[in-house]
Amino acid sequence: MTTTSTPPTAAPATEPPAGPPETPFLGRFLGRFRTPAAFLLGAVLLVGVAPLVLSDFRLGLLAKYLCYGIVAVGVSLAWGRGGLLVLGQGVFFGLGGYAMAMHLKLADAAATGETLPDFMLLYGTEGGLPWWWQPFANPAFALAMTVVLPMAVAALLGALVFRRRVKGAYFAILSQALAAALAIWLVGQQATTGGTNGLTGFQGFFGYDLNDPINQRMVYVVIAVALLLLMAAARQLFVSRYGELLIAVRDSEERVRFLGYNPANVKLVAYVVAAGMAGLAGALFVPAVGIISPALIGIVPSIGFVIGAAVGGRASLVGAVLGAIAVAWAQSTLSDAWPAGWTYLQGLLFVVAVGFLPGGLASLRTVLRRRRTSSDRVGATKGVTT
Amino acid sequence: MSGEGLTVRDLRVTFDGGVTAVDGVDLDIGPGDLRFLIGPNGAGKTTLVDAVTGLVRASGSIRFGGEEIIGEPVHRIARRGIGRTFQTATVFEQLTVEQNLDIAAGAGRSALTLLRRRRNVPESVGKALEITGLTALRHRPAGVLAHGQKQSLEIGMLLVQDVKLLLLDEPVAGMSHDEREAAGELLQRVSEDRTVVVIEHDMEFMRSFARSVSVLHAGKVLSEGTVAQVQADAKVQEVYLGRASEPEPSVAVPVPVPAPVREEV
Amino acid sequence: MTVILNQSFTGVSIGAVLLLIALGLTLTFGQMGVINMAHGEFIMAGAYTTYVLQKPIGDAGVSLLLALPVAFLVAGSMGALLEWLLIRRLYTRPLDTLLVTWGVSLMLQQLARDIFGAPNVQTTAPGLLTGSVSVAGVNLATSRLFILGFALLCVAGLAAILRTTPLGRRIRAVVQNRDLAEVSGIATGRVDRTTFFIGSGLAGMAGVALTLIGPIGPTTGTNYIVDAFLVVVVGGIGRLRGAVITAFVLGLLQSVLEYSTTVSVAKVVVLVGIVAFLQWRPQGLYTVRTRSLV
Repeated sequence: MTTTSTPPTAAPATEPPAGPPETPFLGRFLGRFRTPAAFLLGAVLLVGVAPLVLSDFRLGLLAKYLCYGIVAVGVSLAWGRGGLLVLGQGVFFGLGGYAMAMHLKLADAAATGETLPDFMLLYGTEGGLPWWWQPFANPAFALAMTVVLPMAVAALLGALVFRRRVKGAYFAILSQALAAALAIWLVGQQATTGGTNGLTGFQGFFGYDLNDPINQRMVYVVIAVALLLLMAAARQLFVSRYGELLIAVRDSEERVRFLGYNPANVKLVAYVVAAGMAGLAGALFVPAVGIISPALIGIVPSIGFVIGAAVGGRASLVGAVLGAIAVAWAQSTLSDAWPAGWTYLQGLLFVVAVGFLPGGLASLRTVLRRRRTSSDRVGATKGVTT
Repeated sequence: MSGEGLTVRDLRVTFDGGVTAVDGVDLDIGPGDLRFLIGPNGAGKTTLVDAVTGLVRASGSIRFGGEEIIGEPVHRIARRGIGRTFQTATVFEQLTVEQNLDIAAGAGRSALTLLRRRRNVPESVGKALEITGLTALRHRPAGVLAHGQKQSLEIGMLLVQDVKLLLLDEPVAGMSHDEREAAGELLQRVSEDRTVVVIEHDMEFMRSFARSVSVLHAGKVLSEGTVAQVQADAKVQEVYLGRASEPEPSVAVPVPVPAPVREEV
Repeated sequence: MTVILNQSFTGVSIGAVLLLIALGLTLTFGQMGVINMAHGEFIMAGAYTTYVLQKPIGDAGVSLLLALPVAFLVAGSMGALLEWLLIRRLYTRPLDTLLVTWGVSLMLQQLARDIFGAPNVQTTAPGLLTGSVSVAGVNLATSRLFILGFALLCVAGLAAILRTTPLGRRIRAVVQNRDLAEVSGIATGRVDRTTFFIGSGLAGMAGVALTLIGPIGPTTGTNYIVDAFLVVVVGGIGRLRGAVITAFVLGLLQSVLEYSTTVSVAKVVVLVGIVAFLQWRPQGLYTVRTRSLV
């Protein structure tokens, strides 16, 4: 009985090698512009078509899914490329979200002439506004913090963990514990963080009335543009020398070290960038959905951030983002109508996608093709093509 | 440039459990030397190389090119120009041959260079592809290469890394006679402008290509000198090299067992 | 003085629960390197086993004693089944195992919700275990004392199995060198499944013990699982002694911090402490000496 069965081959993590130089001109032309063309098509669909054809309600939902898509961009970089199982993305999503929410609450309070946000008045916070709330009244500071805060926490944790060569499993468990600890802490600080209820009931967004549907549409466009820009940035990282180095670290960390690189720094960059993206996603989630709460950032949602990327294909940027959007859509659609069924389906998705299709749906075509031509494979890999 | 010299003084490595693997080794390897480290299994050869490359904690002194390197992290030592191979070839299986070499060539790259796409490869990469005969396979993932090709790729990576000191752990293990000859000639060529240290169990190979030899036994240097000097040393014959004086290797003198693939790496 | 004793006892009993839950993990995670997130659901299965047995039997004491072996079998079989169906295909991919078993854990929780309902249920504890004894002015709940004693008994039993029985030798052989064990004639597949059976069975017994300290529900196990993993990580992979010490230290720390601050702050401080500790000893409290690169 075999106990260590060979895992199904992961999706090729590298871009397919450039075709031989004698490709016809048209083919080369298409190959070269395929990515920008697909990108442009996506941009037109997201920014141009979607706001025209979708109702206010559906566009709002799409805005929420796109926020999960932004988190998936980072997950794809850190996990898909770097092999770092980031199970604590909820922490960074939450830090970004709370930073934004705190500013919006303070701005709302200022607009009605109060000094304290409504929920603090309700709980009767003594001693006025806590000191760590005060700087968030400044919009520039709050905006910066939505990204800087998560990145700083990730840098600190990552530097400690990667420098000491803590194993991947430890890293995953520590990330989860961090997500749990932050959620528990937020629940415990009812008077200053809103506790279980979180922060909600935002009226304005940098001077715009959030109750006005046209402004909700504006928020959607901001989110869509952010997603597109971050995907472009991540793609640049994927195809850059850094992207190749990241794969090398995932393959054999020690070997990279003997070549004169410090793998801890290589991993740290991916981890911190992913954290920044999650933070930005959290910040954009707040005006789009109107709430940030501990239930959105604990262990369960943190693993949820990963599942979308796993289903779509962790190593494929587009696959991860589409997977995250699709899973978020399925969750919203099914979990109300059929809550028990959705939980089973979600569990099954984990088992099937991660266990049997580690490359995700993005690798389905490759896997099928490989199966069909498995007899030719031996010759193909051994033969030398010139 | 003819490489840098390595000077080791009173090197000791003790593992957690109290096992002393290297027990006061002194070693002088001059620039441009082609030094073979031999000795029975467990003599401390691989641990010595581990200590020089910073993989295990050691006490004593290791000077490379006149500077103390003991206690430095692995990647710093590598940047000083010390490269190594392992008993089993380690390449980045998910990357292409060319990408493997490009990464080896680029330890000093700036952040800005790293963030850009690889448009062309450094000249040294092209040269290494030629020397190792891998040019035709440059776009293949390294994972699908045959065992020998992986070993060639690994040596190619050391070449583009432009190391001054090369530490090779059983580079010809599992090779046929002809492949050994070719590998030995490659070593001699490489050592023209580099210092090379080879751990080897194959005495035939050692006799053909070594410029100097150190015999390790139980964590200490037992004997040192040219191949002839070492073979003439009574102590060495006693513990190890018995078969050098025999006409046929098949005679019942203790013969060094060809190293089985150990699980250290 | 009473306060100190009181808090120490609370800490020790938190530690005992942690230890009981982490004990199974020292086998499946510690010895085999499998991150089984469904371990918490095996605990839940053990807890519900007690609940189910109590209905027809009635007598709380008898049903509790009967529940221990039955829960061991129920949870152990679930574990062995999971190993056979999924985990054995994933031994080379430990991080993927984590996600796959998380999916299983979601499904098992929902299954419990469908069978027993979402609200928590309460079992009745035997009369002997509902009171408390007074020692040096401190009231010690007998249920907590029982859990402490039971946890120590399980540790002793597991240590004896690993150290003296042929099965224990086989488990250790497979852990140390799978290939060598295989060519030495050990059916590594069967050993893996047995190890998983015992580890999961221990989780089931932990679940029985948990019914003594509060109501149980579909998420009973999940609430403890991350803490239990931390115990194994800090204790040192594959080290029973490390897990025992870590469980009690974390329990005491938690209890002292909860007393001086709040539950939520205590959690955060303990976690920061763990990260700091791993800086000092990245392999945990006790380590196995290896020459391997990773």
